[in-house]
Amino acid sequence: MDTLFQNLLNALQWGSFYSLIALGYTLVYGVLRLINFAHGDIVMVGAYIAFFIASALLGVYGGIPALPGWVVLALTIPITMVLTSVVGVTLERIAYRPLRRKGANRLYVVITALMAGLILENGNLLLLGASRKKFPELIDKVVYQFGPVSVTNLKIGVILTSILSFVILHMIITRTKAGMAMRAISYDKFAVPLMGIPIDQIIVFTFILGSSMAGLAGILFALSYPILDPYMGISIGWKAFIAAVVGGIGDIRGAFAGGFILGITEIMVVAFFPSSYRDLISFTILLLILTVKPTGLFGMPKTTKI
Amino acid sequence: MKKITTLLLALFLCSLMAGSALAADTIKIGFNIPLTGEIPKVGESSKFAAEMLKADVNGQGGLKVGDKTYKLEFIYEDNESKAESAVAVAQKLIDRNKVLAIVGPNSSKQAVPAGEIADLNQTVMISPWSTNPDTTLDRPFVFRAAFLDPFQGPVAVNFAMDQFKAKKAAVLYALANDYSKGLAEIFKTDWEKKNGKGSVVAFESYGDKDQDFSAQLTTIIAAKPDFIFLPNNYNEVALIIKQAHDLGWKGPFMGSDAWGSAELMNLCGKDCIGQYFSTHYAAAGAKGKTKEFIDRYKAKYGYVPDDVAALTWDATRLVLKAIQNTGGLTGNLRKDRKAVRDGMASIKSFAGITGNMKFDDQGDPIKCAVIVRISDKGEFVFTKSVCPEGK
Repeated sequence: MDTLFQNLLNALQWGSFYSLIALGYTLVYGVLRLINFAHGDIVMVGAYIAFFIASALLGVYGGIPALPGWVVLALTIPITMVLTSVVGVTLERIAYRPLRRKGANRLYVVITALMAGLILENGNLLLLGASRKKFPELIDKVVYQFGPVSVTNLKIGVILTSILSFVILHMIITRTKAGMAMRAISYDKFAVPLMGIPIDQIIVFTFILGSSMAGLAGILFALSYPILDPYMGISIGWKAFIAAVVGGIGDIRGAFAGGFILGITEIMVVAFFPSSYRDLISFTILLLILTVKPTGLFGMPKTTKI
Repeated sequence: MKKITTLLLALFLCSLMAGSALAADTIKIGFNIPLTGEIPKVGESSKFAAEMLKADVNGQGGLKVGDKTYKLEFIYEDNESKAESAVAVAQKLIDRNKVLAIVGPNSSKQAVPAGEIADLNQTVMISPWSTNPDTTLDRPFVFRAAFLDPFQGPVAVNFAMDQFKAKKAAVLYALANDYSKGLAEIFKTDWEKKNGKGSVVAFESYGDKDQDFSAQLTTIIAAKPDFIFLPNNYNEVALIIKQAHDLGWKGPFMGSDAWGSAELMNLCGKDCIGQYFSTHYAAAGAKGKTKEFIDRYKAKYGYVPDDVAALTWDATRLVLKAIQNTGGLTGNLRKDRKAVRDGMASIKSFAGITGNMKFDDQGDPIKCAVIVRISDKGEFVFTKSVCPEGK
């Protein structure tokens, strides 16, 4: 029983990462019907950007006096989010938009996304080498002990941040004009430009939102698991994609819920079964969910228009 | 037109012959090492140590085999720390690069499958760092420079019982890693033999590329062991120890030789201080030839060589000695490779910088292990040396 609460906290933290990353997948899919397989690698890029910004602000490269840890963190988060969204938008401009202009089949765009992900990984490998980077500790870690349950300030921070960013994202999509335009494009891509909505700008806006979520996930991930390597985004990216599908891809409530479902399943399977069966059991559960509800928890069945 | 073609062809043949004539004066040795992937520092250490040795030998004019002197040529191929790439690299070194012998792979995860290829193709392979028995088992062409896990496991068991006065142990290992899984099982068997059934209170595993170990650690901590045994690669160790501390674990950890990379302390930092692990040699406080190697390596590359560097040095020197034992190379690669194997098998004892070794029938060395403690300065300080019985 004691371990149940501890594992629930572990699961919430782990699920937070899946949720943050799944949000990026689902945003782009919702608007473009494109599975952006490079998204996991954008998370990796976000973590590396955070690493360099944090190191620079800590005065590792000289030039400026070392700032205190919490100031560095407060500055690193927005700067990383901005720079990561620049990477995401650049990717859209040079890789996806030309294909869209030429009216290429969606399949080709998905393959382009896969390749873009490989380019990001191997570009990083070439540029920075294979050695891992150790993310600096920006805030003093405090371990709170409530009876048998221990939790760090970082863990609480991660969980709260992911909930907060979901709420903000949900507000943007349901309450703002840009959000309304995003939903409109998702509804009917051909009629929307006729209404005078700048489709390219909205797509760029979508990529900004999605990639800044990836950047945020990258920083939080680097803070929680402070060892960075060029392939760190692959496995978590794939699993977050599965989370988005289970939740019902295209719906941000689905991505948010799917991320936590996957996180909780993975952790609880390890808690109650031999840990070697983790992936086997947890993905069987997800498969069952999809068998019962093929469109995911929040997904709507949709007929393809010809 | 036809004339030109003939001319070109003749030129081409000439250059081929010239090439092979030149090649006859060099000895090619392949290195199947992880320069990228999970454990890149291991590959780097191996490469640096080999480069140092090559410069030494070639600086003295080359390697004297029989009455002829050969220059050394080392070919470094990256196995990406993956089992399947290690197999491909071994095949490539044997078929395309036509090497006389192979050094590496280092980790058992790659060495066990790559050894199969080397043995099938009758090419000598020596793994510097692999400790899993399967690497050399029933493979006459495969050798190693490290001790074995059936020896290392009990060393860790005895030390933990002695040092921590431990009665209950917990183990967290990597499921997809032959090394980690093998050692974890040996440890468990030996611990339960000495402390009774059920004294390994938690035996948990994790998958490839996992970064979150909180659920496994929660189970382990709830089982209240006296210490946690971690037979894992250094990069995972850094994450596991940090997360265990986050979950309120204050007890000790005991590690194995895969901890001993120069990069461990960069990644792990203060969380690793005070922990113990078993390894092949202790750099701090070394004497004689070992110290000379450490000082030269440090001067050249700027950090204290880890056990992989030292073992690669020993392994490569073993190969060179085996080549010299052949008494002369014929130029026929098949025959020469066989001769090198016989030369290798005829080495009965060897004074390496990681200690003296004697070889048994399987091609495995019988040598001592050391246990080191990670000091406050992050150095691996010698604590205890354990030798196999009957040595």
